[in-house]
Amino acid sequence: MAGPMLEIDNLSAGYGAVQALKGVSLHVEKGEIVTLIGANGAGKSTLLMSICGDPRARAGRVLLDGEDITAKPTHEIMRSGVAQAPEGRRIFPRMSVLENLIMGAQAAGQDPDAELPGVFALFPRLRERQSQRGGTLSGGEQQMLAIGRALMSRPRLLLLDEPSLGLAPLISRQIFAAIRDLNQREGLTVLLVEQNANQALRLAHRGYVLVTGRITMSGSGADLLARSEIRDAYLGGGH
Amino acid sequence: MTTPQSASIAARLRAATLDALKATGIAFGLFVVMVGLRTDIGPTGALLLRTRWPDVAALCAAVFILRLVLALSVRPQQAAVTPARWAAGLSRAGLLFGPALLALALILPFIPGIGRYELDLGILVLTYVMLGWGLNIVVGLAGLLDLGYVAFYAVGAYSYALLAQYFGLSFWICLPLAGILAAFWGVLLGFPVLRLRGDYLAIVTLAFGEIIRIVLLNWVSLTGGPNGISGIPRPTFFGLPFSMGGGPGTFAGFFGLEPNPSHRVIFLYYLILALALLTNWVAMRIRRQPIGRAWEALREDEVACRALGINITNTKLTAFALGAMFAGFAGAFFATRQAFISPESFTFIESAIILAIVVLGGLGSQIGIAVAAIVMIGGFELFRDLDEYRMLVFGGAMVLIMVLRPRGLVGSRSPSVLLGARRE
Repeated sequence: MAGPMLEIDNLSAGYGAVQALKGVSLHVEKGEIVTLIGANGAGKSTLLMSICGDPRARAGRVLLDGEDITAKPTHEIMRSGVAQAPEGRRIFPRMSVLENLIMGAQAAGQDPDAELPGVFALFPRLRERQSQRGGTLSGGEQQMLAIGRALMSRPRLLLLDEPSLGLAPLISRQIFAAIRDLNQREGLTVLLVEQNANQALRLAHRGYVLVTGRITMSGSGADLLARSEIRDAYLGGGH
Repeated sequence: MTTPQSASIAARLRAATLDALKATGIAFGLFVVMVGLRTDIGPTGALLLRTRWPDVAALCAAVFILRLVLALSVRPQQAAVTPARWAAGLSRAGLLFGPALLALALILPFIPGIGRYELDLGILVLTYVMLGWGLNIVVGLAGLLDLGYVAFYAVGAYSYALLAQYFGLSFWICLPLAGILAAFWGVLLGFPVLRLRGDYLAIVTLAFGEIIRIVLLNWVSLTGGPNGISGIPRPTFFGLPFSMGGGPGTFAGFFGLEPNPSHRVIFLYYLILALALLTNWVAMRIRRQPIGRAWEALREDEVACRALGINITNTKLTAFALGAMFAGFAGAFFATRQAFISPESFTFIESAIILAIVVLGGLGSQIGIAVAAIVMIGGFELFRDLDEYRMLVFGGAMVLIMVLRPRGLVGSRSPSVLLGARRE
């Protein structure tokens, strides 16, 4: 049996004196959606960023399809099939939607023309807005653009950092539907970081709970949703 | 009884008065020492303190009235709408304006009434246009605030001067060498500042500019120090020198023309025009290439660039190198035109002027930079008759432009890929 697509083994990382991750281990199988939930400051975003080598791991290893990528330069990791839609979307506000998308393909050495139709099919809104400046899009459209830009690099593994942040419930449901669609139709492997634990756990095959830099719980999405600790801590009680 | 309208007018009046009073307070604080107190040398040689309170009062009154008028005449919503309308009109006009400006530049030496002085001014303006376009690659496209750009200009100028002096190399061999050497220094500056952004980057580049100048000033055995280098060879017309003597081996002799000193000036004019257009062409071409788009993305968001897998190191270093290369070309041109260079020509104020041209033109806009260079350098010459008021008028004009067009003369950016240009 082939090993997992992504394996994180006892990873520690942080910024300056702050140790954000204290020995995190998790794995993502090919074709899975795995979600990582946790409160603000638990280290979720740090984990996604240190998979990309920025900040670099202080201890532990990151394996992509069995290959150790812990010490690889960031741009080489991103060229080997990992893509990230970073926290806060971080689209290029003064560049057009089309230019934003092209950047996603070019940075990873892919041909933009080959990737554009797929992204436009997933998010038809982006096709309509392609000549508009990124900064003039609505929050939901910007999130679509951030995910679309990541998809332009034809990733094996998509890292999503809080795609529902600051979006209306209806829009965030659309985004989650698109992620499910990508996973089911294209078999794309997704590691999803979320504060919206309810939606994320419904979408994901499996989930991990991160508390102050350590994994405290893991299990299938449905299993975690049913646990009372999770309901109390992350789902706002009677939500 | 007051209507809502009159109430809002009263509120605005109150706010404007308050604003004007604040400005007057600041003005009073400044003028009370700067204008109010004055020391003169008395008949015995001792200093006499003289007070000028009426002048202070007049100045404060002027500030109050001007500020009140300004506060009342600028409506907030108007201020927001006008620049957008302007920009749209200007970008429409820009379609015709650019080619018209280029055509004018091409025929300038043959327009009747254009003499030696006007051509020299044209050469000066074009030098700054070229420097502006070069710096625009670093500041406008890649978003790296460089306050030491003049260092590369100096490297280019000294490269040519020293190579000509010590090795007798001609201008046409030294021109590419000057560009390469400047690009090398650009990379050298780039390495230590890879992790710096914004203000911190600005400080380090500023220091770098000063280091180059101070080295040139103190390395007397090589550069001649403050005495500079004189007798730098003039450029030849692809091997044919411009000589007043005429004769078979010279430009005038070869083409059967009457020897005339204006030949060289016209040649220099077209040379810098060609160099400037080369800078523009390369910058425009590169903007549509992956590396150009990576520069723009870098300016927009460095973290996103990292997340996309852009090689930040290479992207920044190429921006520094390319920007520096064009400054090196311009420097070599400057050296051959002046035939004399000294560290005096490469002070911080030069960097500031070039940066002002780029900012005033609207960061990233090629045509805006050309217009800004004409306004800045040409305008500065225009005010020559005003003597000591020149700087005052000049400063006032710059403030006025920034008030009317806060994002630069041409503040809008057009995408490098357009809808129609792409097949679906």
